[in-house]
Amino acid sequence: MSLPRAAGRLLARSWQQGLRFYSAAAPSPSARLNLPIDYKTTPLLHHTPSSLANSLELPKNASTKQINLYQAINAALRTAMSASDKVILFGEDVAFGGVFRCSMDLQMEFGSERVFNTPLTEQGIVGFAIGAAAQGLKPVAEIQFADYVFPAFDQIVNEAAKFRYREGTTGANVGGLVIRMPCGGVGHGALYHSQSPEALFAHVPGVRVVIPRSPSQAKGLLLSAILECNDPVIFMEPKILYRAAVEHVPIESYTLPLSKAEVIKPGTDLTIISYGQPLYLCSAAIAAAENARKGLKVELIDLRTIYPWDRQTVLESVRKTGRAIIVHESMINYGVGAEVAATIQEGAFLRLEAPIKRVAGWSTHTGLAYEQFILPDVARIYDAIIQTLDY
Amino acid sequence: MASSLVGRWVARIPRRPHAVLGAVRWNSSISQRPGSDHVRFPGAVNSKFTSEMTFSRPSTMTAMPTYRVMDSDGVIVDTSRGPPDVPDEEVITWYKNMLTVNIMDVIMFEAQRQGRISFYMVSAGEEGIAVGSASALAPEDVIFLQYREAGVFQQRGFTLKQFMSQLFANRNDSGLGRNMPVHYGSSKLGIYTISSPLATQIPQATGAAYALKLQALQNPNNPPRVVACYFGEGAASEGDFHAALNIAATRSCPVIFICRNNGYAISTPTLEQYRGDGIASRGVGYGIDTIRVDGNDIFAVREATKEARRMALENGGRPILIEAMSYRVSHHSTSDDSFAYRARVEVEDWKRRDNPIIRLRKWLENKGLWNDELEQQTRNELRAAILKEFNAAEREKKPPLRSLFTDVYENLTEEAEAQRQELKRHLEKYPDEYNLNDYEDGIKGL
Repeated sequence: MSLPRAAGRLLARSWQQGLRFYSAAAPSPSARLNLPIDYKTTPLLHHTPSSLANSLELPKNASTKQINLYQAINAALRTAMSASDKVILFGEDVAFGGVFRCSMDLQMEFGSERVFNTPLTEQGIVGFAIGAAAQGLKPVAEIQFADYVFPAFDQIVNEAAKFRYREGTTGANVGGLVIRMPCGGVGHGALYHSQSPEALFAHVPGVRVVIPRSPSQAKGLLLSAILECNDPVIFMEPKILYRAAVEHVPIESYTLPLSKAEVIKPGTDLTIISYGQPLYLCSAAIAAAENARKGLKVELIDLRTIYPWDRQTVLESVRKTGRAIIVHESMINYGVGAEVAATIQEGAFLRLEAPIKRVAGWSTHTGLAYEQFILPDVARIYDAIIQTLDY
Repeated sequence: MASSLVGRWVARIPRRPHAVLGAVRWNSSISQRPGSDHVRFPGAVNSKFTSEMTFSRPSTMTAMPTYRVMDSDGVIVDTSRGPPDVPDEEVITWYKNMLTVNIMDVIMFEAQRQGRISFYMVSAGEEGIAVGSASALAPEDVIFLQYREAGVFQQRGFTLKQFMSQLFANRNDSGLGRNMPVHYGSSKLGIYTISSPLATQIPQATGAAYALKLQALQNPNNPPRVVACYFGEGAASEGDFHAALNIAATRSCPVIFICRNNGYAISTPTLEQYRGDGIASRGVGYGIDTIRVDGNDIFAVREATKEARRMALENGGRPILIEAMSYRVSHHSTSDDSFAYRARVEVEDWKRRDNPIIRLRKWLENKGLWNDELEQQTRNELRAAILKEFNAAEREKKPPLRSLFTDVYENLTEEAEAQRQELKRHLEKYPDEYNLNDYEDGIKGL
């Protein structure tokens, strides 16, 4: 495993140089839907402090700073470490700042006892974190890529998730634990730098699975996971957004609720449920569809917490719109969409006017040259909207 | 290694304004000096060059010796050394603790055979490792176990009622009847609840030890504490063992790894488990101070653990490995018939020849502290006490049914609450299909 991962680190550097079009990911010159996401104009990001002030959940009248997603993660980690000396940060290569710069300058600020490198062993990192959390610390463990979390699967599924349950009345638990990992497609990550294993963890009672969509969401949700949540949290960061997504973020400390979805854009005709980076694709597809069909209003929901998830917000929306599409990068088979669709079918059966549609990764691996055909894109989401409306 | 070297290379790319490419030298930087007789490769800085090509061969190395204090007749081997540094009464307590576990094992093994509990695992032959090591730890030290260490619980003050409540999964079990028998736990005694997956506790112990170290640094009023972590030689083949010892060494964690090498992992003999010099030789490879002890010699186990504890706290902390040699006299568990893979005569031989209880009994008798009459009287008392709790525990109700949903998360999720309601609706509709009265408060307990 070590050789590809080393390659991953070098790739990570190249991703940080800015948006690059590799041959496999170059847009078609004639494309009208599958255009590169313009993060500078997307309505999903707070491009001005005033749009941030209008957000219901974020602090009012806050001083803000324009930062990207990795800087938001870095800010959240700094805030958490300042707030509690129980917070420690470790993983592979976190000491020099991390291969994605998320832990930049933190060792200098908080010392090598609280921010440190571990040997290269994912099962060790998570096992170590569980022990530290059991003793009352708030360990934030980093897995360098979500693709490499599988050696730690046993520690997460059999140990972290079941710790509180098996301890019963002794009260011992690992609620302070947070496991961060970059996830998702990035255009050229191929088999082992693209995966989104959230559905695997969503099948595990005892852990919370969180995926933010933007810098302001990332900061609030991560601070919530570290400082407030007493359950182990798997925090997945869409790595394609680390540098791309830039917005105004409150400088002060704030938290966002876990297990609470957010209606990003209200609508009456169709509900799209997604999370992480595909929300930007959904937003673009909705804009195209609403442009093509005058009067169409599509509701867009960010799940934010994959499990335990906010079933009420989703059901309320679909009971209103009567139509639902679920979008995610990870494979369609047994994916998050399956659970959401089944829940909608059970909870809004009489209101459904069309089959629930899932737009997700095909049930294959992410071959390097094929990524644009495997992961959902604007055209596929647009098509799903039209199909669902015309059913 | 390859990977971390790449990481280091990446680290040299300047990213702070004051850093100029090539001008920054990191503390860890090492370069080869011309003419040096020592390796200056960063991965092994103390190695000398040699022009003689020799492979290091484990077969030519002397096996690590096994430390013992008394022989199998209970006689102190080195007569020049003083008596063990514990009062006689304490040694008698150890003896009674070993005997308690032993008698409980016989009763509970039989109880499983009668179908009164679902499962059991005895500690026969390994009582000395558990009791001896636990006696050398401070009460505030933290303990992670595998499952064959009932003596640690007994030595720390776990009550017979607690043992029996867990085994019968009744309403007094701290695990709320959720775990298989023998998966004991007690936060009051500083022992985490046992889980079945092997070796998972080893990196956890390392992390817990790091937490103790950090807490001692942040608050010097905290007493220095160590973590003790127990596992078998089979579990040491798991990746978690490797991960744990390596991190413990690199992060200097005050943790004592105690390996019970009893010769078998279920049916697998050590010859099929490893080809090196046991588990102890690996400790050295991780840069961990290591000792092998005679696990049937409670004095040797205690002394090694006591010294390990002192060393583990030295200079800010570090890990120590103890490999305690013994023989698994019993079947692996109640689900195992060990005569399917080893000769009955071999087991009988070990039972007769040497075990920690008989050895300490001989020492006590040699000192005039014990005799047949005391032995019989003590055995009768212990048996009666165990059976009393056995009968009481067997009659207790199971925990309330709601315990099946609680503690998955800190709070019941909306989904779990809906499932609880659904189960309740179902049980109310089909009450005759279930033994609801076995559970505290019946359906109301849901």
